[in-house]
Amino acid sequence: MVDVCFYFQVHQPYRLRRYPVFDIGSSHGYFNDQKNEEIIKKVAKKCYIPANKLILDLINETKGKFRVSYSITGVALEQFEAHCPEVIESFKKLVETGCVEMLDETYYHSLSFLYSKKEFEKQVKMHKKKINELFKFKPKIFRNTELIYNNELAVFAENMGYKGILAEGADHILGWRSPNFIYRPKASKIGLLLKNYRLSDDIAFRFGEKGWEGYPLTAPKFAQWVNKINGNGNIVNLFMDYETFGEHQWEDKGIFDFLKHMPKEILKHPDNNFITPSEAVKKHKPVAELDINHSVSWADIERDLSAWCGNKMQQEALKHLYLLENKVKNAKNKKLIEDWRKLQISDNFYYMCTKWFNDGDVHKYFNPYESPYDSFIAFMNILNDFVIRLENK
Amino acid sequence: MKILMFGWEFPPLSSGGLGTACYGLTKSLSKRGIDITFVLPYSENISADFLKIISPNIKIKKINSLLMPYLTQESYNIMKKNSKANLMYGSTLFEEVKRYSEATADIAREEIFDVIHCHDWMTYGAGIKAKQLTNKPLVVHVHATEFDRTGGLSVNQYVYELEKKGMESADSIIAVSNYTKNKIIEQYGINPDKITVVHNSIDYTDPEKEYFEVKKHNKVVLFLGRITLQKGPDYFLYAARKVLNYDKNVLFIIAGSGDMERFIIEKAAELGISNKVLFSGFLRGDELEKAYKMADLYIMPSVSEPFGLTALEAMKNNTPVIISKQSGVSEVVKHCLKVDFWDIDEMANKILGALRYKVLHDSLKENALSEIRKFSWDEPAQKCINVYNKVTGVA
Repeated sequence: MVDVCFYFQVHQPYRLRRYPVFDIGSSHGYFNDQKNEEIIKKVAKKCYIPANKLILDLINETKGKFRVSYSITGVALEQFEAHCPEVIESFKKLVETGCVEMLDETYYHSLSFLYSKKEFEKQVKMHKKKINELFKFKPKIFRNTELIYNNELAVFAENMGYKGILAEGADHILGWRSPNFIYRPKASKIGLLLKNYRLSDDIAFRFGEKGWEGYPLTAPKFAQWVNKINGNGNIVNLFMDYETFGEHQWEDKGIFDFLKHMPKEILKHPDNNFITPSEAVKKHKPVAELDINHSVSWADIERDLSAWCGNKMQQEALKHLYLLENKVKNAKNKKLIEDWRKLQISDNFYYMCTKWFNDGDVHKYFNPYESPYDSFIAFMNILNDFVIRLENK
Repeated sequence: MKILMFGWEFPPLSSGGLGTACYGLTKSLSKRGIDITFVLPYSENISADFLKIISPNIKIKKINSLLMPYLTQESYNIMKKNSKANLMYGSTLFEEVKRYSEATADIAREEIFDVIHCHDWMTYGAGIKAKQLTNKPLVVHVHATEFDRTGGLSVNQYVYELEKKGMESADSIIAVSNYTKNKIIEQYGINPDKITVVHNSIDYTDPEKEYFEVKKHNKVVLFLGRITLQKGPDYFLYAARKVLNYDKNVLFIIAGSGDMERFIIEKAAELGISNKVLFSGFLRGDELEKAYKMADLYIMPSVSEPFGLTALEAMKNNTPVIISKQSGVSEVVKHCLKVDFWDIDEMANKILGALRYKVLHDSLKENALSEIRKFSWDEPAQKCINVYNKVTGVA
């Protein structure tokens, strides 16, 4: 028996504007509002709206057998509310089917777990509140920014009342073990779901790759690969960015067509089901404990933290940002706290990554800056202005 | 394979990137077993023994002439006036170029070679002549075009036509960047298939550390190049003005000489920053290295830069660089800051950023060094050999 568990990540950052040093102390608008609006509208049109509609149809057609889960960041939700409320409405419809589960994460898609547990807890609560307000839904499963995970996080999530948690099924943490089972985090009783990165990335990254041996990926072919897991696993966790559909993989390459036929193909096998993460942790007992001391993530080949805090510029920017925590909180100024939190959006640090300079890959596609150095200058200039505002309080 | 090469100058007596590039390239070519007869002009003003024997495969042939790279009609007139035997030289720069081309004919007749390789417009006449006499294939190597030197303003028709004729007569063209390749296609109407891009390079050696007293009190930002319109010294100055509004402890050094020197000196006074903008004059050899080492930041604000070897030289000396996007070198280096030459605000922003944020400065230095270590003249030399093989029908 194979239960297929889909989780889609929905996130759009508040991109910073090109902020020159001369603006420090005189201009406090940090974000490229126009571009952010443009992008969220574009992606809504290409991905969120058509994909939500298709998923709703699939749920109806399969009479609720097709089930999926989403994690939507607070900053993405805010931007939908401001610029494309119809996206919120379509997510509401999905949640109302009862076949769609919402997960929790940090409201600001931040790295706060690594820098301030107090701030982390606050942002998770903010997210929980937002999801409840918009969707009348209380998430039971937690997923951290970019699937960053370690033992300590699992304990934290358990203490916050979550029943399960998501992580990357990276080879270096699994070794000979399979990602196709539920595991138990060290020192915790909740369920740990691990991404099957091969099958997930077949859709998310390789779908449109002509040089790939699996090309073209069709629904029957993919269903066959899933069927093969029968007998050596009971769950396949397919975790990916929702933007895979229509944004990273374009419609004319057939990605929607694939999605449209995939559930029926998978359900052709009598032992296959779709399942959401909280159903999965209820249904399947953990097969073993996994001891993951060092943080793993779903990024790059390294599957570690190096995409966000691997170089000195990133470390410096993060350090100085989080050093301000007490001052920001003591200032009791809503706008200051909000700006400080928006600066924590992990994308800001991802743009400063210099790894991709050598191999040129997905980093470049998602980077609004011409170089990591440019993004560091803009960020640090902004941080300097922020400090002035804080001190003038 | 034997090459008849027409060039301009060799270090230590070079006046710009052309000499440095010819030196690096011929050295690596000779290492790969290519025999080169290198023809270059000299006048009685220049001592003839500066030409050290670089390699037994390189033979130097000198022709008495006043020609030097980067000459203009005005600078030629001054040189001619100062020359003792001035009657034998051409009455104008263009007459001298013509005279020089004729004078090279004997060498072309006497020497044995498989390919003719010319560097920039002043040698194209000699190259065409040699091709006519021997029917050997001609390769022209474009280090700059008239459009770069003039910034597209007041293009000299004579120079333009000689460049065009050289490119049209050539069996193959080598461009120092895609940036230059596009200029050759767009401005000279040359078939792209005839053009091969061979980026310049640098042979890496570990830089030595030096101490500079001036740096106890100031950060140093360097401009190094001819003080001409092409190199954008005026943009450097405007950016300096803006930087000094925010940080008083920065010194701006302008190293080089050129026809805009007076204008730049006066402009600095007019902007009220004469005390912060220092002119070092033209530097070479050790002084040049010192200038790079002393600088916290090297700026290359060129309006149009076919390649821009100075950026690699600065990186080699462990100095972070800001380069104009309108340059060939920006196609091959990543670990630097890039700006549009006209965007003075952004230039000043980046100067201040690199001076203010130590971790950025350190990262640029560190990453640029590991990037520049991979450079060598062997790669461009091999690409030139591929071009030779193609034009001689070997491959």
